[in-house]
Amino acid sequence: MTATTALAGRESLVAYLRRTLRRNAWTAGLIGLCLALLALTRIIRPTFGAFDLETLAIAALPLALAAVAQASAVIAGGIDLSVGSMIAVTNVTAAVLMKDASTEATVAIALGVLLLGLALGTVNGIVVVLSRVPDIVVTLAMLYVWGGVALLILPSQGGGAPDWLKRLVTGGLFVDELPKALVVLAVVVAAIWLPFRRTKLGLALYAVGSDRLAAFRSGVNVGLTKVVSYALCGLFSGAAGLALTAATGIGTPTVGAYTLAGVAAIVLGGVNLAGGRGGVVGPIVAAYILSLIRTDLVFLGVDPNYSTMIQGGIMVLVVMVAGLLTLRRRRA
Amino acid sequence: MTAVPQAPEPGGRSTVDRLAVLRSQPVVPLLGLLVLLVLLLQLVRPGIVSPSWISTTILFATPLAILAAAQTLVMLTGGIDLSVASVASMAAYVTATQSSRQGDLVAILLGLGAAVLVGLANGVGVGIFQVHPLIMTLGMGLVVVGFLTVYQVLAIASAAAVPAPLAALFSGTSFGFFPNSLFLFLPLAAFILFALRRTGYGRLLYAIGDNPTAARLSGVRAWQVLLVVYVISGFLAGLAGLALSGVAQSATIALAEVYLLPSVAAVVIGGTSIYGGRGGYGGSIVGALILTVLVTLLTVLEAPQPVRQILYGLIILAVAAAYARVAGEGNG
Repeated sequence: MTATTALAGRESLVAYLRRTLRRNAWTAGLIGLCLALLALTRIIRPTFGAFDLETLAIAALPLALAAVAQASAVIAGGIDLSVGSMIAVTNVTAAVLMKDASTEATVAIALGVLLLGLALGTVNGIVVVLSRVPDIVVTLAMLYVWGGVALLILPSQGGGAPDWLKRLVTGGLFVDELPKALVVLAVVVAAIWLPFRRTKLGLALYAVGSDRLAAFRSGVNVGLTKVVSYALCGLFSGAAGLALTAATGIGTPTVGAYTLAGVAAIVLGGVNLAGGRGGVVGPIVAAYILSLIRTDLVFLGVDPNYSTMIQGGIMVLVVMVAGLLTLRRRRA
Repeated sequence: MTAVPQAPEPGGRSTVDRLAVLRSQPVVPLLGLLVLLVLLLQLVRPGIVSPSWISTTILFATPLAILAAAQTLVMLTGGIDLSVASVASMAAYVTATQSSRQGDLVAILLGLGAAVLVGLANGVGVGIFQVHPLIMTLGMGLVVVGFLTVYQVLAIASAAAVPAPLAALFSGTSFGFFPNSLFLFLPLAAFILFALRRTGYGRLLYAIGDNPTAARLSGVRAWQVLLVVYVISGFLAGLAGLALSGVAQSATIALAEVYLLPSVAAVVIGGTSIYGGRGGYGGSIVGALILTVLVTLLTVLEAPQPVRQILYGLIILAVAAAYARVAGEGNG
């Protein structure tokens, strides 16, 4: 995707666009689905406006960041089942430290919490590489460990968030129709993921994910790449934890099922669980689709009890259709 | 363990052979660990280890061991079943709510039937549509949780009462200390161990997990094998749910949720490869016993819940890492 940008000047714009679209067909389809869902929402509830859009963007922010976190681990051929617990640790750390702290201090704390996320992820990565235990088992164990750490920091809901942090995700930027939560997401991802992808390590991430042995023989430091992918995962989990503190104003040591929802989002978002394929735009759009479906079910007056069942059903159906499409492509 | 592997000599047992024995029999060092944990427990709280304690431990370990059976079979094919806990809760809750209306036997059949149906759905998704097992079973798990929430509202009129025979089977003892659950579990475990080693179907599970391409080229219809293994997994998960409700003598819709990660952990520390093709049920049984004793030990130590959780995670990790060293397996 990045290589084509450099060549774009030499070919016609139409050919470039067509190729980009073909390479990102799944993401394009997701964006189409997301827009269709938005239109549907507008039909279901004609009053759907800036405020609802903002609520949606705030609710989807931690999930979208959790999906990006999971994507960075999965693209390098791993998986991180401890994302939910890392979100909990950073969420409660931020809430505990920020309560009654001065504005200047809270800015430092916010940065510190991101670094904490990075550190948690680095520990995961180092354990994965050194212990030689499969990724899924290591991060499963770390799910318990980080979950326990979160409970040690804050045994029950509490803490607080400064006003500037809450204002960072509420309201719109310039116009009401552009929720700040969406802008924050775009800025965070654009500032961390996009530059990283263009580095040697960013390329190594995909190389290790798609063929470990080939990457090793081409001189890629596989261990280091793995640690970096988990560190990135931790960093985005930290961002998700901070976003959760901003959105809720408190810390919750046992936050919801962000691990599994994140995995669902990346799979819908076109990231191959075997590694080496996919980006972060797809998972983000998928996170918004998952949140939109929930909103629509509420608007439709569906009994909230049914919504889990419907969400699970939709997830299964979508991946089945995707599986069928790949099967057909392989046969053709 | 540090011996340099030599070429196997014809007719003689070389170092390689002895290492291979250790690899194929992870049960031996695991039993050592189990004995060590029991000794440690006796040291911490002298006099706790008695026939009645052993009996209680076996009763508590049985549901986890049955759940681990479901997970073992699926993992041997290189898959994973994340719906086992929800399915177990469902079987237990459906049985408990239907028993007053339909009679015990019909209620148990209904509970197990529902579990088999979920397994069938998983099998269709993984076997026929080639959906990644992680995402398929995760989605079906969500569907089941949603179904239970809806069902709970509908069935609120009838109280959930665990059928008396289940309670007697899974929490009673005979001859003073012999746990009744062994009357069911021993034949079941013997059958699974025999089937995995000596039947064609059992060997197919290993073949598909070890090398799917080779299995396909040798004429194995992988989709049929996978379909059946997920149905079996659903059935065993349902059975584990009934066992759990018998032990707890109550049934709620989240009865077995906490057993999801231990079911994976028991299989992994039992030496079954999460990549498939290697391992067996014997290790999983010892793994389930180890986890049960571990929980008792952590409870006896009177550590606060978060600390217990952290230690639990670290110990699972340590055992898995030690096993990776012995077996030379892993992602290194």
